[in-house]
Amino acid sequence: MNTLALTWEWLTDPANWQGSGGIPAQALEHLRLSFVALLVAAAIAVPAGLWVGHTGRFRWLAINLAGGFRAIPSLGVLFVAFLLLLPRLRGDLAFELPALIVLVLLAVPPILSGTYAGVEATDAAARDAARGVGMTGGQVLRQVEIPGALPLIMSGLRSAMLQIIGTATIAAVAGLGGLGRFLIDGQASRQFEQMAGGAIAVALLALLVDQALALVQRLVVSPGLAHAAAAR
Amino acid sequence: MILGVAWSTLGELTLRHLYLAGLPLLVGLLLSLPLGWLATRVRWLGPPIIAGTGLMYTIPSLALFILLPLVLGTRVLSDVNVLVAMTIYTVALLTRSVADGLGSVPGPVRQAATAMGYGELRRVGAVDLPLAIPVIAAGLRVAAVSNVSIVSIAALIGVSQLGQLFTDGFNRNAMGPILVGILACVVLAVALDAAIALVARVLTPWLSRRTPA
Repeated sequence: MNTLALTWEWLTDPANWQGSGGIPAQALEHLRLSFVALLVAAAIAVPAGLWVGHTGRFRWLAINLAGGFRAIPSLGVLFVAFLLLLPRLRGDLAFELPALIVLVLLAVPPILSGTYAGVEATDAAARDAARGVGMTGGQVLRQVEIPGALPLIMSGLRSAMLQIIGTATIAAVAGLGGLGRFLIDGQASRQFEQMAGGAIAVALLALLVDQALALVQRLVVSPGLAHAAAAR
Repeated sequence: MILGVAWSTLGELTLRHLYLAGLPLLVGLLLSLPLGWLATRVRWLGPPIIAGTGLMYTIPSLALFILLPLVLGTRVLSDVNVLVAMTIYTVALLTRSVADGLGSVPGPVRQAATAMGYGELRRVGAVDLPLAIPVIAAGLRVAAVSNVSIVSIAALIGVSQLGQLFTDGFNRNAMGPILVGILACVVLAVALDAAIALVARVLTPWLSRRTPA
């Protein structure tokens, strides 16, 4: 039997869809880790990006951070975090915390630069008009700049989430749960169909989450802005 | 020896890394030029081309490395898998840059070239493309830096390059090789980035002439 057929057999085997080690359970675990990392990163990067965009301070940092971080290989950083933290932690936390720290670190730059760029790209005329009708700085931020920045904030969140899902896959090497387990365990036991089946599951998960976030983007972005972007 | 890594090993792995990350940049550029041109030329093809190539970027790299042997019929350990995966990522990033770059050429410039008797293909090659170089180069620089970072993940499936220093170090509980690997990756990424910036400058002499030194 060829590998493609074996992979299909692995994917459709009911035994792989049950229990705590099954595909649904690992997919949920993957999603849980990814969303925790995204939320923590957003909690740090969105306010920071809004502040940078609104005040114009530390602009250079927001610009250079996203570009510079791309050069750092996530696999290396992940292993450094594990070697440093693993001996100092106990239980499940020992695997999760180093991975979460790295995932958050990777996700902050794209969200930060998206938020900052979004605020800065807000129509200057709209901002002046808002000031002109007597809005305070906070009101301008909340009622004009944030809605105007939403498309770019969302695209920052989307690329951060893709980074997180991909890197969470890799983190299985160091014992983290999630769909990456099938890829790593499959390799350890020389079962290519398990690796390939897991890889298909991860690719589908990434596509689905990205499309879900794209849908959220369409729902939260004001129709007027979406229209303007389409016309451009 | 540097932090437990022999210099000859470091050199060998760096060259392998450069090959696995760099060759796909060239192939990806050659593929995205016609794709990006098609996206600007045929209006209704634009959105599906941009969205379709962008979608390929959503597939996590480790998954792509593992799935390509299934699609290509190659061996799991073959370099071809990594080269094709990195080419896919390069096309995913660059097609949009090429379309943006070609789209940013001012209409009057294009009309002047047409009035001078340039046909469509000759105009794209001799007028539009050179003017689009800064935008395309910016995209290529992003692709170069992220390729160098992504290639290291291929060490997990046994393809050797600088990422091998990460897996070796991790398995032996040795921090030295991992740090050497990270530094080498960053240096390689910065060097590739600078090289592309330099080539773009040489190819667009009118831009540096305009700004007084």
